[in-house]
Amino acid sequence: MTETVLQSHSIDSEFGGPLIRFLMRNPSTLVFLGLLGIFTIFVTILSEGFGLGLISTSLVKTLGKTLCFCLVALAMDLLWGYCGILSLGHFAFFGLGGYMIGMWLMYARTELIVVKAGQAAALPMTPEEIHDAIGTQIFGVVGGSEFPLIWAFSHSLLAQLALVILVPGALALVFGWLAFRSRVTGVYLSILTQAMTLALALYLFQNDSGLRGNNGLSGLQNLPGLAETPQAIISVWFLWASALALGLSYLAIKLIVESKFGNVIRAIRDDESRVRFLGYNVEAYKLFVFVLTAIMAGIAGALYYPQAGIINPAEIAPIASIYLAVWVAIGGRGRLYGAVIGAAFVSLLSSLFTGGQIPNIPLGFYDLQWVDWWLVLLGVTFVVTTLYASNGLGGLFDRFSTKKEEKADG
Amino acid sequence: MDSLLEVDRISVSFDGFKAINNLSFQIGDRELRAIIGPNGAGKTTFMDIVTGKTRPDSGDVLWGEKNVSLLRHTESNIARMGVGRKFQRPTVFEDQTVEDNLMMALQNDRSPFKTLFYDYSKADQEKVYQIAIDIGLIDKISRSAAELSHGQKQWLEIGMLLAQDPQLLLVDEPAAGMTGDERKKTVKLLRKLAKDHAIVVVEHDMEFVRSLNCRVTVLHEGSVLAEGSLDHVTNNQEVIDVYLGR
Repeated sequence: MTETVLQSHSIDSEFGGPLIRFLMRNPSTLVFLGLLGIFTIFVTILSEGFGLGLISTSLVKTLGKTLCFCLVALAMDLLWGYCGILSLGHFAFFGLGGYMIGMWLMYARTELIVVKAGQAAALPMTPEEIHDAIGTQIFGVVGGSEFPLIWAFSHSLLAQLALVILVPGALALVFGWLAFRSRVTGVYLSILTQAMTLALALYLFQNDSGLRGNNGLSGLQNLPGLAETPQAIISVWFLWASALALGLSYLAIKLIVESKFGNVIRAIRDDESRVRFLGYNVEAYKLFVFVLTAIMAGIAGALYYPQAGIINPAEIAPIASIYLAVWVAIGGRGRLYGAVIGAAFVSLLSSLFTGGQIPNIPLGFYDLQWVDWWLVLLGVTFVVTTLYASNGLGGLFDRFSTKKEEKADG
Repeated sequence: MDSLLEVDRISVSFDGFKAINNLSFQIGDRELRAIIGPNGAGKTTFMDIVTGKTRPDSGDVLWGEKNVSLLRHTESNIARMGVGRKFQRPTVFEDQTVEDNLMMALQNDRSPFKTLFYDYSKADQEKVYQIAIDIGLIDKISRSAAELSHGQKQWLEIGMLLAQDPQLLLVDEPAAGMTGDERKKTVKLLRKLAKDHAIVVVEHDMEFVRSLNCRVTVLHEGSVLAEGSLDHVTNNQEVIDVYLGR
């Protein structure tokens, strides 16, 4: 009996590389990657920079930013939907990723401006003079001109790219290690993560935090050395980069949740102490997922803020991380496409409603302004989803996808 | 007698209540032992201490040939050292298939990086299928554990312990909520397991303990009241007093 079951089980593993076989077994991933590719090509063809000009540059940017939201939502789904850790602080990592790339963008662009201005002067500027002039340019707004220590690597794109990964990763490692080894779980952990992101935001609001206080970093949409390249082109580049990051992360997370590691973290979500008695070091698994998702959030932020153009500490206020949880809950946690659908759907609707595109409703006695009432609508949707449709929007697709998987199983 | 587990004068109290009071006893290698006792006798607390969930106020728990103290180890370490535990309520991962439940329990490297790149080999798959046959769940192998009956969940959990292959198995009320047939099957499974594992069974049910046909330890108010064959302990006047009320 064992033999026959084993044989029927391994028929589909006869051809193709491991990745192709993986995709064949997980058609939903193939569908997602296909749709993402089609979407990217479609937007490119209709963009102002590369095609027909039917989609404005600002809409391309909105779509690119939405892809970044989808990426951080994916990370959140791995953390919350699969491992059961409801972090309400992952936008801190998103913001840190943005700050890290923003430092290089500001430094390098200011350097070009300073050097260009210096060429007009009679005497060529010394490197120290250039450095000081950049400092005055960047930190004048907070009444300083000295480079804080944390800007030590800001001249190097490679170093700052490394920091996009290292800084969120290190913060998550320290925070997670402290929290998980003390066995802080559930709602207490959620509150702790809120405290973390609030503390970070409050710290960054200070002028002497070294990141320009509440001014934040600005002009990030202007890439150094590409002053001649119009935003219409740059916006499409960032859309591609965001789509690529989202696609690769989707594939990576799918590989993770389908591995034995995925079995273990789902088991941790459902019964943590039982997993301990099976001999698994639960804290190590949680820390691994926490750090990995923080790094993904950092990458998403590093792609987001050059499209947004500005980052300031308000971006990592506690409410931002709560929105992230709302997206994933509405999209349906524990299914990766659910997180993506939730983030895309809710954040796009949010910019529609708050951007004044949806007409206000005059009720006679009261003029219903969507800018104010959108949050109420979102809140009600969240409550209704949580109470009556815990599978969220992604749940609508479940019937379809499980049918297909059953067919694939034979 | 070579002892596998030696509990040495442990005491633990919760808010002044002495759950375990100077408890000492030993379990030999490949021994089947039943622990009985009225509610609050400290049976579950004893298991919590051995598996690392609760730390005793005093005393020591020594393990294996080298007499390693278990007190400084975490739950997961103790599990990897060879102590398995089966809970009173069946605790299987309902969201996952019978196969996945067994596969996770299989003795393999348990570090995150190793599980991330773990390859479910033919050899491992055969082990899983063999266990599924042993516990009578081979035709449910790709069903989710949530679909199993209460008794089947208990067997799946025993199967997970088989896969984990611990030296010592702590089994908490395996027959609770089972029908007569299911009990018989459970006794058979435990007897089979006892051939090459040490097993400690905590049980209320005298019939069930009798069918295990093994040495019995009676706990009362956190310490050993009597020890010996079931007939021996049930004829003990103190045991009768505790069980039947004075």
